[in-house]
Amino acid sequence: MIVEAGHFALVLALCVAFVQGVLPIVGAARGNAAWMAVAPQAAIAQWLLVAVAFLALMHAYVTSDFSVLNVVLNSHTDKPLLYKISGVWGNHEGSMLLWVLILSLFGAAVALFGGNLPAAFRARVLSVHAWLAIGFYLFILLTSNPFERMLPPAENGQDLNPLLQDPGLAFHPPMLYLGYVGFSMAFSFAVAALIEGRVDASWARWVRPWTLLAWCCLTAGIALGSWWAYYELGWGGWWYWDPVENASFMPWLAGTALLHSATMVEKRDTLKGWTVFLAIVAFSLSLLGTFLVRSGVLTSVHAFATDPARGVFILLLLVFVIGGSLALFAWRGPTLRNTGLFQPISREGAMLLNNLAMMTGAAAVLLGTLYPLFLDAVGGAKVSVGPPFFNATFVPLMIPMIAAMAVGPLLAWKRGDLAAAMKRLWVAAAAAAMVALFIWQMQGDGAIFGALGIGLATWLLVGVLVEWGERIRLFRAPAGEAIGRLVRTPRASLGMTFAHAGLAIAIAGIAASTAWKVESIQTMKPGDTVDVAGYAYTFQGARRADGPNYTAVRGTFTVRKDDRPFATLEPEKRIYAVRSQPTTEAAIRTTFLGDLYAVIGDPEGTEGAFVTRIYFNPLVAWIWAGAMLMAAGGLLSLSDRRYRVGLAAGRRRDAPADASPTRA
Amino acid sequence: MKRKHKRLVFVAVGLVFLGAAAALILSAMRENIVFFMSPTDIVQKGSLPDRRFRIGGLVEQGSVEKAGGGLVRFRVTDLANAVPVTYKGILPDLFREGQGIVAQGRLVGGTFEADEVLAKHDENYMPPEVADALKKSGQWKETKPKAP
Repeated sequence: MIVEAGHFALVLALCVAFVQGVLPIVGAARGNAAWMAVAPQAAIAQWLLVAVAFLALMHAYVTSDFSVLNVVLNSHTDKPLLYKISGVWGNHEGSMLLWVLILSLFGAAVALFGGNLPAAFRARVLSVHAWLAIGFYLFILLTSNPFERMLPPAENGQDLNPLLQDPGLAFHPPMLYLGYVGFSMAFSFAVAALIEGRVDASWARWVRPWTLLAWCCLTAGIALGSWWAYYELGWGGWWYWDPVENASFMPWLAGTALLHSATMVEKRDTLKGWTVFLAIVAFSLSLLGTFLVRSGVLTSVHAFATDPARGVFILLLLVFVIGGSLALFAWRGPTLRNTGLFQPISREGAMLLNNLAMMTGAAAVLLGTLYPLFLDAVGGAKVSVGPPFFNATFVPLMIPMIAAMAVGPLLAWKRGDLAAAMKRLWVAAAAAAMVALFIWQMQGDGAIFGALGIGLATWLLVGVLVEWGERIRLFRAPAGEAIGRLVRTPRASLGMTFAHAGLAIAIAGIAASTAWKVESIQTMKPGDTVDVAGYAYTFQGARRADGPNYTAVRGTFTVRKDDRPFATLEPEKRIYAVRSQPTTEAAIRTTFLGDLYAVIGDPEGTEGAFVTRIYFNPLVAWIWAGAMLMAAGGLLSLSDRRYRVGLAAGRRRDAPADASPTRA
Repeated sequence: MKRKHKRLVFVAVGLVFLGAAAALILSAMRENIVFFMSPTDIVQKGSLPDRRFRIGGLVEQGSVEKAGGGLVRFRVTDLANAVPVTYKGILPDLFREGQGIVAQGRLVGGTFEADEVLAKHDENYMPPEVADALKKSGQWKETKPKAP
């Protein structure tokens, strides 16, 4: 009964979306206020209806209702509650339901907090948004109905893929979807602006918070996914340039570019057409990612089902959304006029360089991801494009951008002074050179790019700190004034400092863990000791250690450093009973300078020996720490008073904060 | 600088970036693309490129042999032909006899020395390359994934 109610609510949401897609936009064209006023109510109604549908499915999961096919295929009574809940989106149908839930949530947010938008513009935004929603409702109802019943009911379910039964993965999809779908808001704003033929600073002030929010969630989602791959797949790596990873990475690159170009529209009234284009591209890449992941053209843990009808449907949706919006852009884009002029050497110029690097980087990743599919489709050879390709193309494109990143914020708007900026960065240059040389001396042998990478990270980090010091006049003004300036620093610029510093830390982690990773594979009998990167691992044997829905073998390593006990590592090899599928649980001890990482494999011989794999991953935790710092910087920037005022008071930018009636 | 000159600078920088990207992509495409072959391809073609490539097929029943020290020998078959493979390291969790796998490495004197063995994610999963190899060798049986 509850399940049918959920299904029915979803159908109703589709009907509401049709109304929202037609009436307000026609009303806006005709100046009919009553028709425009339909939009906010409809958006909120949509959200409530989808929430009902989502809760209905969650109820079926939590109560293990095995008369629902989706629950049978992805759940089991023995599964812990957390994974019963995360199982809702741990499958194709449920994850699409999560997608529309977030989509409608964003629509409702515009309805609730967008009171200050011009009525006609809000009506158009919500209508465009409704059309996106219609596409996805139809997709779910026609090809992937999560509420399908199974008669007679099954006795028990087939369990969730054990790889997905993990806290990291429980939260990875919602974060990623918040990011993907967040770009739908920027998309709707861009298309509505094209229809109106007007883009101005207040438009950018609206688009930026949405893009920021989406970007933060996407950053966190990608980091969670890579962290999961690191500890769950047991290969000691954290990024594989797997097509599904690329699918989430491309929107991130475009979103980063959009974030910077929207700033220029807001502050300098320039690059409007480009910004609108980026908004379209960011969401298009999100859709493309969904297509690649969901259609089954790629095989991975994410491709839950390979039903050709779904692929065709998403492909049509893709063609319609991307083709339609780009056609609209080609038609209306040239009407957008830019007033702000700037020299190539200026903050605008630096941001444009960022945009250029991000987009060429995204293009390289896109090409590498689609090329094998394309070759296969035209009947060519079967090839795979792996990490070497992406490392050889993407990394060199990013190096000049990262080098310029330290300089950009020190340049003035409109016309910058490169020589003066470089003079202020001598500390950063000296620090980078010293660190790189020191590390190159230290490492003895090994690739030079490790030292260069750390040097680049140092350059960026010190450069960011120099800019921050300049901003608060550290050491130049009395301490009291510096503190006062620190307190008054707009959160948006503090957010930039955080995000750029986060990237520097992540780069250090990426360079170090790639260049100096130590790997050791061997067979160990109980009592055997192996030395990896200065740590002595002694294998103490393995024993059974069963969990609620799996059986496991748990090995124990005692680790000694300088002949003193340092840690105990207990990796497991689990076999999940229902699917009889084995998984590897790596044991990881994180230290400041690197991770100790141990994995146990198959037994060998009769003396209790096991194949073991031990890694030392230098600075690897810095990657996620850096990513978290980036996301935190984004959130800090999002909390900037100017945006809240911008949200609440629209163009009355100088209105005092306490006069603002609503907060976002 | 005049407006025209400025635009020229932007266009030039943009072209440099695009040119660099194109050059990088083309050279990486030439060197870093990995081709896929079935056991039949390997047996039939005499000469093979002296570079890494992938083979895929089923792990032959009864062929897995642990040689100690983490070294594993097995045979990959498309049910028409089979190729011996060696691999040193921990095999993926889902590696077992009869399972479809993809291995990456080099052919050295008739034996495929793998440095990577992929068998991932799901016990019903068959790498598409393996499915195609089986179809080509006429051994493909359409099996529906078990649905209730």
